[in-house]
Amino acid sequence: MTQKARQIGDTLLKVEGVSLTFGGVKALTDVSFEIREHEVLAIIGPNGAGKSSMLNVINGFYHPQEGAITYKGETRKQMRPYAAAKSGIARTFQNIALFKGMSTLDNIMTGRLLKMHCNFLLQALYLGPAREEELRHRASVEHIIDFLEIQSIRRTPVGRLPYGLQKRVELGRALAAEPDLLLLDEPMAGMNVEEKEDMCRFILDVNDEFGTTIALIEHDMSVVMDISDRVVVLDYGRKIADGSPDEVRANPEVIEAYLGIRHN
Amino acid sequence: MIYREAGQFKTSYGADQMIFPILQDRIFVILAVVAAYLVPLIANEYWLQAVLIPFLILSLAAIGLNLLTGYAGQLSLGTGGFMAVGGYMTYKITTAFPDLNVLIAVLLAGLIAALVGLVFGIPSLRIKGFYLAVATLAAQFFILWLFNKVGWFVNYSPSGTITAPPRTLLGIMVTGPEATAPVRYLIVLTFLAFFALAAKNLVRGRIGRSWMAIRDMDIAAEIIGIRPYQTKLLAFAISSFYCGVAGGLYVFCYLGSAETEAFDIALSFSVLFMIIIGGLGSILGSILGAAFITMVPIFLTNAPPLIGLSMPIDLQKHIEVMLFGSLIVFFLIVEPRGIARLWQIAKEKFRLWPFPY
Repeated sequence: MTQKARQIGDTLLKVEGVSLTFGGVKALTDVSFEIREHEVLAIIGPNGAGKSSMLNVINGFYHPQEGAITYKGETRKQMRPYAAAKSGIARTFQNIALFKGMSTLDNIMTGRLLKMHCNFLLQALYLGPAREEELRHRASVEHIIDFLEIQSIRRTPVGRLPYGLQKRVELGRALAAEPDLLLLDEPMAGMNVEEKEDMCRFILDVNDEFGTTIALIEHDMSVVMDISDRVVVLDYGRKIADGSPDEVRANPEVIEAYLGIRHN
Repeated sequence: MIYREAGQFKTSYGADQMIFPILQDRIFVILAVVAAYLVPLIANEYWLQAVLIPFLILSLAAIGLNLLTGYAGQLSLGTGGFMAVGGYMTYKITTAFPDLNVLIAVLLAGLIAALVGLVFGIPSLRIKGFYLAVATLAAQFFILWLFNKVGWFVNYSPSGTITAPPRTLLGIMVTGPEATAPVRYLIVLTFLAFFALAAKNLVRGRIGRSWMAIRDMDIAAEIIGIRPYQTKLLAFAISSFYCGVAGGLYVFCYLGSAETEAFDIALSFSVLFMIIIGGLGSILGSILGAAFITMVPIFLTNAPPLIGLSMPIDLQKHIEVMLFGSLIVFFLIVEPRGIARLWQIAKEKFRLWPFPY
C-alpha cells in the first residue's frame, strides 16, 4: 500500500457505552470505540451483529437508551439526523435510498441542500442570488460527477440505472455534502469484481484527496482487510475486537464468531 | 425534421439549467404565450366565459395541488376548501377596503389561504398517503361549514352568497357584472403565466428538490438534513396560496357570485383528477390535465351537432358522461404518468423522426 498523503489524526468521533434496545431485543450492548480523523474504519460482524444499528445511532436515526456520542468535541446522549447532517456526517444505505423519481444530477444536488439558503420568494423568481447559488452548487456537483465518472448518466432518472451505478450515485450524494465523516453501509454489497474495485478506488480516493474520515460496514473480508486502517468487530451487539486488520484477523474471538468453535 | 437540438451546445451551467434548453421549445412556448394573449381578438364571449376562463383558473389550482401532491407527495382533498378561503377572503378584503386594488386583495387572500393550509398541513408529519387525504377532508368540510355558519364572512347577506363588487384596474372594469370577458380572461391568463413560471422555478431549485426527496424517500431525506416538518408545511402553504389565488379569481373573474356549493368536494376531486390525468409532478401536466377535464365535456357536447347528429338532450348528456369516463380510463391505461408524459414521449419520437433510433 502506498503512503497516505494525510496522517491519521485525533479522535473525530467517540462512542461510549452505547446500548440500544428495541423492546426486548438488545441490538447494541455497551459498545465503545472511536473513529480518528482521516482514517478508514471498518465495522464488521456476522448478520444481526448490530453494525447498521451502530451507524444509525451515529447519525441520529436511532436513539440509544444509554451511552454518549462525542463528535468534534461535543458530547451528546444522542444525535438527531438534522444535527448530524449539519455537522458534517453523511451516509449511504445498505438498501439504496436514492430518490427514484429524480435524475442523477438532482439526486446529487440534494446532497447540497444544507448549503443552500435562498428563500422561496427569490427562488420562485429565479433572480440574482438564487440563480447564482444554484449555479455555484451545480459546479461543485459537476466536480463530484467527474470524480465518480458518471457524466453520461447525469440526466437519467436513477430508477432506471443498474444497481452498481445507483450505489455510485448514492456515494455521490453523500459526497456532495462535503462531509467530515462518511458512513458507508455495505457499499459493495451485490457488486461484481469490477464494480467492487471501482468502489474501493473511489473510497480510497475520497479518503486520500479530501481527507474524509470513513466508517464502513462490509462483508467482503478481502476488501475490508485491504482498505481499512482499523477494524471494529461486533457480535450479538457487543464489541469483540478493535485493532488493525492483522490484529483482528488473528483474534481468536473473531475467528470464533465467524467460523464457530470446535466442539469435541 | 425541424425539431432538432443538434448543434445547440451549452457552454455554461446557466445555459444548461434553462427551463427549455432546446431552442425550438423556447420559440414554441413564446409563440404559445403570445397566441394566448391574442385569443380575445378572435374568441367570442361564450368561449372566453364558459371555456377558457375556468380552464385557466383551474390550471392555477391544479398547479397548486400538483406542488403538494405531485412534488411533495402529500395527498390532499382540501383543494376546494382552500379555494373557498381565497374566494371568501378576497370578498372580505375588497369590501372592507374598496380602494385597495382587487388584484392585491386576491393575493392577500392567497396568503390567508396559505396560513389556513399551514394549519391543516400539521397532521402530515404523522399521517401519510390515503390517511392524510382523509385528514385533509377535514379542511374541506370544516372551511365550508364555517363560511356557511358564520355570517361575518358573507357580510351578513341573508342569502349567504358573495357577489363580486365592481372594481377597476387602470380605469378598466375588471370585476363585477360589467367587466367584459376579454378583460377577465387577460387578467386570469397573466396570473397563470406568472405563477406557472414561479412554480417551475420553485420545483427546479432547492425547494423542489427537497419536496421530491420527501416524496421519494422521506427517511433518506431526513438523513441528508432535510427537515420533513418544515418542508411539508412549506408545501402545504405554497400549494394553498396557489389554490387561494385560484379561488379568488374563480369568484371574481369567473362566477361573479358564489355560495359554498361552488367549492364543494366535487371541485377538490376534479382538481385531483386534473393532476392525475395531466401528470403528477409536472407543471405542464397540471395545465394539460385542466384542459382535458374542462374541455372534453364541452367538446363532447358540441361534437354531435357539428357532424349533423341530433339526439335528445338527456341521451346526449348520458353519452357524454360515459365517453368522458372511458376516456379517463383509456388515458390512465395508456400512460399512467399522465398526458405530460405522453407529450414528452411524442417529443422524443419527433426528435428522431424519421429514424427509429
